[in-house]
Amino acid sequence: MSRLTPRTVLLGLAAPLGALVFAALVCAVILIATGHSPADTVQAMITSGKRPRTLVNSLNSATNYYLSAVAVAIGFRMNLFNIGVDGQYRMAALLAAGFAGATWIDSVPGPIRIIGTIMVAMIVGAAWAGIAAILKVARGVSEVISTIMLNAIATYLGQYLLLKLAVPVAGSNNIGTRPITEGGQIPGFDWPGSTSKVYGLVILAVLVGVVYWFVLTRTRFGFDIKATGMSESAAVASGVSVKRMVLYSMLLSGGIAGLVGMPQLLGSSHSYSLDFPAGLGFIGIAVALLGRNHPAGMALAALLWGVLDNAANSLDVAGVPKEIVAIMQGVIVLSVVVAYELVRRYRVRYEQQKVGRELGMTRVPAAAGVGA
Amino acid sequence: MTATGLSVGVETAPAVRPARRLAARWYLLIVLAGLAVVSLVRVITGAEDLTSSGTVGAALTAAVPIAMAGLGGLWAERAGVVNIGLEGMMVLGTWGAGFAGYQWGPWAGLVFGVVLGALGGLLHAIATVTFGVDHIISGVAINLLAPGAALFLSKQYFSDAPGGGQKQSPPITDAPRVSIPGLSSALDTLERKHWFLVSDLAGLLRGLTVNVSLLTIIAVLLLVGTLLVLWRTPFGLRLRSCGEAPVAAESLGVNVYKYKYYAVIGSGVFAGIGGAFLAISSSQFRDGQTGGRGFIGLAAMIFGNWRPGGLAAGAGLFGYTDAMQLRGSDAVHALLLLLAIALLVLAVVQFLARHRVISAVAAVLGVAFGWWYFASDQLPPELVGSAPYVVTLLVLALAAQRLRMPKADGKIYRRGEAV
Repeated sequence: MSRLTPRTVLLGLAAPLGALVFAALVCAVILIATGHSPADTVQAMITSGKRPRTLVNSLNSATNYYLSAVAVAIGFRMNLFNIGVDGQYRMAALLAAGFAGATWIDSVPGPIRIIGTIMVAMIVGAAWAGIAAILKVARGVSEVISTIMLNAIATYLGQYLLLKLAVPVAGSNNIGTRPITEGGQIPGFDWPGSTSKVYGLVILAVLVGVVYWFVLTRTRFGFDIKATGMSESAAVASGVSVKRMVLYSMLLSGGIAGLVGMPQLLGSSHSYSLDFPAGLGFIGIAVALLGRNHPAGMALAALLWGVLDNAANSLDVAGVPKEIVAIMQGVIVLSVVVAYELVRRYRVRYEQQKVGRELGMTRVPAAAGVGA
Repeated sequence: MTATGLSVGVETAPAVRPARRLAARWYLLIVLAGLAVVSLVRVITGAEDLTSSGTVGAALTAAVPIAMAGLGGLWAERAGVVNIGLEGMMVLGTWGAGFAGYQWGPWAGLVFGVVLGALGGLLHAIATVTFGVDHIISGVAINLLAPGAALFLSKQYFSDAPGGGQKQSPPITDAPRVSIPGLSSALDTLERKHWFLVSDLAGLLRGLTVNVSLLTIIAVLLLVGTLLVLWRTPFGLRLRSCGEAPVAAESLGVNVYKYKYYAVIGSGVFAGIGGAFLAISSSQFRDGQTGGRGFIGLAAMIFGNWRPGGLAAGAGLFGYTDAMQLRGSDAVHALLLLLAIALLVLAVVQFLARHRVISAVAAVLGVAFGWWYFASDQLPPELVGSAPYVVTLLVLALAAQRLRMPKADGKIYRRGEAV
């Protein structure tokens, strides 16, 4: 939008960095107030974070978070709040797992199975988001409300469908879908010093990021999305059908949301079960906010979130409740949006002053000329 | 992301509708007719639990937290601030009630729940009113923050307490319960006769008058109090004007920021009460105790068209389906028939009002649910939990043109900036 000068870069970075520092300070105060040592806590997290295993898990978490963030960001760019990524991803992962784990599919060649599974996930995600999109364009129902409702419905419907699709998991009282057999899985990458592998679908996340960047910056569709987000009335005036844009971008957002569960499903768990993480959609919102909907910014934010989450797992052992990290994440989100707002206000005032100064400059010589 | 979403597809309700207010006795008649239908379904299906006093009592207990969350939403949205952080504020309330409740009793628990809920509201007010952050984003952030904070504090303070654990507080004593003397046994006899309508009325009355928690009575008073304060006092008028036309309000000398602060902090207080009620009535704090009730409260408020009376009806309905889940599968199955009848009635009403499309959709859905009832033996309990959400979506989809939210709801207001 604006030219890159040291000042704009600094202002752009000031908000996220300021928010991180502020969140760290808040957490330090909380830790001291509850009788823990902030230094020891950080030490424990760094020690844990250096382990190869934690790094691999962080990268894997970040993959999921990134996909979720892109799904959210597509909506954000046109002022559409897809709060329902969570439900879309869970419905998609469940039904895709049911599809990929079905007995008849074992004879289908591997690549076709994998592509089929991913297609099913995207279609289910898009369909679940499509309900909200149709309610929005046909009846004017706020997508925030309808996606919140759809999230909850997905939880209950998911439990019901899981019972229908489920086979008992050996050695626990967890239930899951029939495991995907060898051919339908996606192998991971080895990481030196760690037994767990990096999801093979980390490539898919990168790809989604690139496509997101390309669509938004290099296509007419992307331009229409951004135009609608900045000014609905201006977009309408220039011939954009906002209804169609809402429908398309919601379906697209839901389709990407459908991908969120795929790295874990095809890469490590191979079946959908009750312990699939809930709340990924909300993490996606946080990551998209922190990364300002920018493909690279969101990648950094997703990595930060992944590292924080996984390094925190060692804290309970160290005697500090690991939820301090959840508090930190919440404070980051809240303070980063406040910081963006403050920076925006500062920038507006600065530009107004600059314009004022420049206007003043041009008038001074003229006045001097008159006097002479 | 500064504006408040797209306005596409939104049909605003006609500004001036002919005033057609029903007299109180008509409402009473509608309620009675509804009860008669439920009673009929009970007689047909033999699911006695549909209107038993046990169900009604459980529904009342389940409805109170939902109604309190809904009141929280009502206060905030009437002043123009959307609050989807209600869930998080409720979580804070449950922890507060657990912390103070096990040490100093239920009333201290209530007070602590209120204080913590108010803190959550204050946070939302600072973010949305002072800093002009988007309301949805602030709410999401609070929903991320609050459960983390509650679990952190729970591990910190309950792990070593006697009877407590990492994710739960030691037991809290329940608030005192009262009954209207002399009614219980008579109503009980009537209820056991299983007569059409009479036994149902007896079950309803018995559920509402026997062994009622004092907290429930407080909740009812708060509901009535909200109606009086928001609609019958100058304070309420000013508060609502901030939700309808903040610029106009400011020009008439109303301090919009101040009223928004009052409203959003009040919103947190109600959510905190709801959370405290949950913790006290289930006699301890547990992690994940709220289970999305903040969102159901929001749904109840929308269902009730941003009015206290409608909100109470919504909360009652959702509390009823909540209570049903714990009853036998017969009763749950009978709910399908009830839903089918309700949709068919709606279809007729809409047809008479010349909304052909909506009428057709409602009729198709009604027939589908009816078919489902007769084609199946039972309804999976997993699906019953989704009833409040499905009903809300249906209401939004079928009756959106009758809903009217505050005009400036969710819009960021900055003093001195043109809209």
